[in-house]
Amino acid sequence: MTLLEINNLSKHFRSGGRDVTALDDVSLTLDPGQTLGLAGASGSGKSTLARIVMRLLPPDGGSIRFAGEDWLALSGKDLRRRRAKIQMVFQDVLGAFNPRATVASVLDDPLRIHEIVPKSDRPRKIAELLDRVGLQANLADRSIRDVSGGQRQRIAIARAIATDPALIVLDEAVSALDVSIRGKVLELLVELQRERDIAYLFVSHDLAVLRAVSHRITVMDGGRLVETGPARQVIDNPQSTAARALVSAVPRLRIQTPQGHSYEP
Amino acid sequence: MSTLCEIRDLSVTYHDQPNPAVGHVTLDIEAGGRLAIIGESGSGKSTLARTLAGLLPPRTRVTGEIQWTGGTPPRPGRDLGFVFQDPSSSLNPVLTIGEQVAEGARQHLGLGWKQALARTQEMLERVRIAQADRMLRAFPHQLSGGQRQRVAIAAALAAKPKILIADEATSALDVVVQAEIVALLDDLVRDAQMTLIFITHDIALASGFADRVAIFKDGRLVEAGPTASVLAAPAQGYTRTLLQSHLDLTSPPLVEEAAT
Repeated sequence: MTLLEINNLSKHFRSGGRDVTALDDVSLTLDPGQTLGLAGASGSGKSTLARIVMRLLPPDGGSIRFAGEDWLALSGKDLRRRRAKIQMVFQDVLGAFNPRATVASVLDDPLRIHEIVPKSDRPRKIAELLDRVGLQANLADRSIRDVSGGQRQRIAIARAIATDPALIVLDEAVSALDVSIRGKVLELLVELQRERDIAYLFVSHDLAVLRAVSHRITVMDGGRLVETGPARQVIDNPQSTAARALVSAVPRLRIQTPQGHSYEP
Repeated sequence: MSTLCEIRDLSVTYHDQPNPAVGHVTLDIEAGGRLAIIGESGSGKSTLARTLAGLLPPRTRVTGEIQWTGGTPPRPGRDLGFVFQDPSSSLNPVLTIGEQVAEGARQHLGLGWKQALARTQEMLERVRIAQADRMLRAFPHQLSGGQRQRVAIAAALAAKPKILIADEATSALDVVVQAEIVALLDDLVRDAQMTLIFITHDIALASGFADRVAIFKDGRLVEAGPTASVLAAPAQGYTRTLLQSHLDLTSPPLVEEAAT
């Protein structure tokens, strides 16, 4: 069964007296437990799409079905209740947290708001979430500002899985991380997906990251989806100008042997 | 190749900080070369760049030596241009593009406004800004991130410096624009025979066009040398970790292929 089905979504913005088409007739589907990589350059519309899926922005037209329901028709209490099932992880995690929050309070919020576990059980659940994302339980009392960038991104992931979501929208979720940490965070995301059958809509301009974690990749350009297919097919044989530009822009590690031969390992 | 600058046992400690941001660094920078300074967050790479450029905040404690060939340090803006990561904060929002690029040419080359603006238009064309004559009157907020970074590069190069420091100059840009800016820097540096010091966290990006690399971690220089030998035969475990962590389109995926 399809988890997420988007049909003919459109969105315009007025900017400086001009009409900007952010989304133009966008349709896509995502199955449970699968990752769809949404690639595109800055301004291609990928973050607008992510925000509409999150119901942070209303579209001008089109429909979204999520878990068999008309996702755009939900409002009030029904929407609040269903929201637990779609979570989001941002690039700038510090900006996504209350700066005065402690690690424990960041994880306590979703458990309380969505009534996941009774109050008395929350400390145990918080420790379990921290452990699941590879962090020590004694981090719970620290301020969210006093942990490293990699730890903070793990906490954002713990917060996202706290409500047992079916879909997580990852908006450039590893782009700000050091490379030595990035790989471990990607591995964690893939493990959580296998274990809990979570679908990811992974938004990034970096095809190398999307290649590592996506089952399928869709490429956006000027508000339109210009190419969609299995990850390997889009990377190895890009058809659209936008996909070809993204593929060729990925920095290649060039190692020259002392004899002057060049190879890409 | 002659040496531009010899760094000997350099340590830099910011005011009120217990530990040095850069500790006991010894490194030679070659004139006319392209040196990539590679490191992750907290490695001290930006502190080293700012030390070379004379951009450290007051009350920073610097020990050790930086010997410049010719005796005196390069004058910032005149002999040395600097491109920062975030072009929005390095451009003045209330000045036109023309005014901010011309300022450097006027100050340092002793040109009048008219000549300086002509030089500016030429620089904007050099950095491949379309419709450079119209762009002179535009403000930074009217430009895309990539265009702003092109303007910042034009401003850094307006006074014809011999040294250009680019500190994560492409990290805030998407990969397509990043590739364009790197190609642009490559051309500009070659044409003007400048020394380029390219600060980055991306070892692959550096491997494409630096002739020497210096790897930093936690404020220390891990290893340095010609790009070819350091990357083909890294002497240090940390350099190998960086190489192994690099993700590109040939890295094995973490998930199984979707059925077609």
